[in-house]
Amino acid sequence: MESYPQLVTLIVFIPLIGMTINLFFGSRLGERWSGILGSGAALLSFSVAILLYVYLRNSGYAAAVVNPPFFDGWIRIGSAGVEIPWQMRVDTLSVTMMLVVTGVGSLIHIYSMGYMHGDARFSRFFTYLNLFLVFMLILVTGNNFLMMFVGWEGVGLCSFLLIGFWFDKANGVGWRNSLAARKAMVANRVGDFGLLMAIFLIFWTFGTLDYYRPGEIASVHWVEAQAAGGEHGAEGAAPAEGEAHTAEAVAPAEGEAHTTEAVAPAEGEAHTTEAVAPAEGEAAAAEGHSAPAEPVYLNNDHILTEQLGVFGQAERMLEEKREVDFGPFSLPIETVIVLITLFMLLGAAGKSAQIPLFVWLPDAMAGPTPVSALIHAATMVTAGVYMMVRSNVFYYEAPFTSLVVTLIGASTALMAGYIAIGQWDIKRVLAYSTISQLGFMVAAVGVGAYGAAMFHLVTHAFFKALLFLGSGSVIHGMEHGHHSVSHHGHGHDDHGGHDEHHEEAPFDPQDMRNMGGLRKKMPITFITYLIGTLALAGIFPFAGFWSKDEILADSWLAGLTNNNVGGYIAFGMLLVAAAFTAFYMWRQMEMVFFNGPRTEAADHAHESPLTMTIPLMALGALSLLGGFFNTPANVLGLDRIFGAHIFTSFLQPTVLHAHAGEFQPVIAIGALSLAIAAIFLARSIYGKGKSVTEHNSDPLAERAETGMIWRVANARLYWDETYFRLFENPFNKISVFLADTLDWRFWHDYVHNNVIAKGFNAIGGLLSKPVDLGLIDGTVNGVGALARWTSGKMRRSQTGYVRTYAVTLMLGVVLVIVILLLPMLQR
Amino acid sequence: MVQTEAFVMLSAVLFILGAMGVLLRRNAILLFMSVELMLNAANLALVAFAKQWNQAEGHLFVFFVMAVAAAEVAIGLALIVAIFRTKQSINIDEMHKMEG
Repeated sequence: MESYPQLVTLIVFIPLIGMTINLFFGSRLGERWSGILGSGAALLSFSVAILLYVYLRNSGYAAAVVNPPFFDGWIRIGSAGVEIPWQMRVDTLSVTMMLVVTGVGSLIHIYSMGYMHGDARFSRFFTYLNLFLVFMLILVTGNNFLMMFVGWEGVGLCSFLLIGFWFDKANGVGWRNSLAARKAMVANRVGDFGLLMAIFLIFWTFGTLDYYRPGEIASVHWVEAQAAGGEHGAEGAAPAEGEAHTAEAVAPAEGEAHTTEAVAPAEGEAHTTEAVAPAEGEAAAAEGHSAPAEPVYLNNDHILTEQLGVFGQAERMLEEKREVDFGPFSLPIETVIVLITLFMLLGAAGKSAQIPLFVWLPDAMAGPTPVSALIHAATMVTAGVYMMVRSNVFYYEAPFTSLVVTLIGASTALMAGYIAIGQWDIKRVLAYSTISQLGFMVAAVGVGAYGAAMFHLVTHAFFKALLFLGSGSVIHGMEHGHHSVSHHGHGHDDHGGHDEHHEEAPFDPQDMRNMGGLRKKMPITFITYLIGTLALAGIFPFAGFWSKDEILADSWLAGLTNNNVGGYIAFGMLLVAAAFTAFYMWRQMEMVFFNGPRTEAADHAHESPLTMTIPLMALGALSLLGGFFNTPANVLGLDRIFGAHIFTSFLQPTVLHAHAGEFQPVIAIGALSLAIAAIFLARSIYGKGKSVTEHNSDPLAERAETGMIWRVANARLYWDETYFRLFENPFNKISVFLADTLDWRFWHDYVHNNVIAKGFNAIGGLLSKPVDLGLIDGTVNGVGALARWTSGKMRRSQTGYVRTYAVTLMLGVVLVIVILLLPMLQR
Repeated sequence: MVQTEAFVMLSAVLFILGAMGVLLRRNAILLFMSVELMLNAANLALVAFAKQWNQAEGHLFVFFVMAVAAAEVAIGLALIVAIFRTKQSINIDEMHKMEG
């Protein structure tokens, strides 16, 4: 049992292997095996996630920290005392995310095998999808903020690659796709700046980036409550090397190398379990199980503050009201946490598409539809919410940030819901819906409903993935319908690449105006889409009803019990946003599935293959039943069947401030009737063949009193235009100035030509004429001339007359004799 | 017993005469004769000093000198004959050029 958490290494490793094989051999494997490999990797990861869930259940939700093999230590700077390990954390929060990512991911992989059929870069698509899984799983399994950042950037990269996947489509569509990919990248860089600043601040303040250290208890209250209640529950892990000393110091009586911490009721009940993550691969024996003298900790009091993880330290420092030293100035810890959380919020706004950085997500729909479902609806965009829930201790302790978070989340939800009403593109509606639902989650974090935020994250992953895959199925059907029309029926089973379809005509298979009446053509897609719509609209008993209601009730209660103004504001805005949700979703239903077909393509559309419809059915079932994971207590006796607050209590050992929401019948019935009213309103406006007017426009646009409202929504509230005026245009102007004036005219024309070139010429002239020609050549020639002159002079002495030589010889002899004799004469 | 100084004086006089002959004469044969005179002046000095110090090396050396001088004269005369055949003259001042 104790080696079970080690499996978490596999969950990352399996998609990595799948990705590597697909990367190098994908094109040779062929479409079929490439797809099976990618989907198989995702499914294997999913089974590992299930095993980890089973482990958590059996170990009483004890968190485990795993040092994966070959990753002993990651960043280690001994002199600076920096030590960031590559540790993976198996706890209820990370396993929840793992289950969602791999579960929904597997279904989308399978779906992609059908959707991407015939694409020229089929295996590359699966390479990217598996790479995405790798990074997303690193993001959720990491035990420190830096690993989260690695995953965070990695999924950003995959998002970029997949949005621009069809960068080579004809008619300028490819160019638009790559622009969308670039936009996503740039918007996310702004958010990443925030996350990085938050990480720097955390490291400066706490000296570590670990969420919790091995052996530390994340949720002390919960453990204490469990112990008091006599239920089984344990939290702990074998201490890593550094931790072992303190643990032994506290319990010197044992002297065991592997002190296992286990939380057990004082009586020593039989349910005691431990999570053991053997340090350095040594299998720590489960001595703790039968050793009654083993110290049992219900809290972290025996651990020094410096050896706690980030959140544990934060709580202690807040109790002690410490100041954080920043060199020239110091700030109280409350202020630092507000700063950290605000920076984190910026990061979350980038990744989870909140105001003001959401603008990339609607454009991200340029990617293939499975990508929109997996990355831009179900998993990656929820990373920001995951991060905030993971840091719930910070947000709980920073009321100011929580208010900001609430306002941003609620206004994003409202704004995006409003914009969605005015969109024609089937995927764009869903994109704004995603932004809106992410706003719900963020607002839930803001009002302190961390459990509800995670719950909505999970159910939203189900029904939004379902809706996106359904829309993909619709687009697929429309494209094939269009294909068969333009080829007079030949092309029915000719599955050319998707990009081919766009070359023919400016026919847009995603425009809802071209659809209609698909209910009869695509029955499975219709039924699953209906389930998704009802779940998203929050209709009882679909998944969305439960999660949305919990957020609404929690924000109302936050206002009521904590006197939190943000709670009331959030409640009001989210209620309206929920009504918008029901309205725009039913508008979409009417336009796509009801009424008669408006184009020949819609008339010839047909149901998608089984690889696409099976994931739809699976997600449909999840959207139908997903809400019962967290049924509130005392509602129609449902809790007797499904249990009450299962999901929240599952999260509680990990998420310190998660609390079970109270069911508010008034709010639930009110929100439900509002949603139903919105659906009926949408039906009355768009139903009975009125969904698109003769002028190919929206019925709302043609009414005097609603025309303005609709047009503003259609123009997406002018966000992109505002950003263009505020940032892009000045940026372009500055760039033009820098390029034309500063770089070209000043730098090239003036500095290069005048200063550098002229200076070079001057120095070159100086060096060549006086120095080279004068000095150096003069010296060399001078030596030659001197030799010639002297030799010319000396030549005269060589007369050739023997007697001259004889005289010289004679004189020489005389001279030698004189020199020899001179000393004698002087004596 | 004639004093050694007298021999040395004679030797010096002979040497100077020889040297003058070498420097002033233009006839190659006379030049050679003057060289012989200088050599013999040196021989005379060698013999005189040998006798003074009762050493045999001086005498011995004189024989070497005479042998070498004979060889030298043989070669020299051969050269002079060869030169005369080409130039019809043994005036050494006419032999200041390398060619011919």
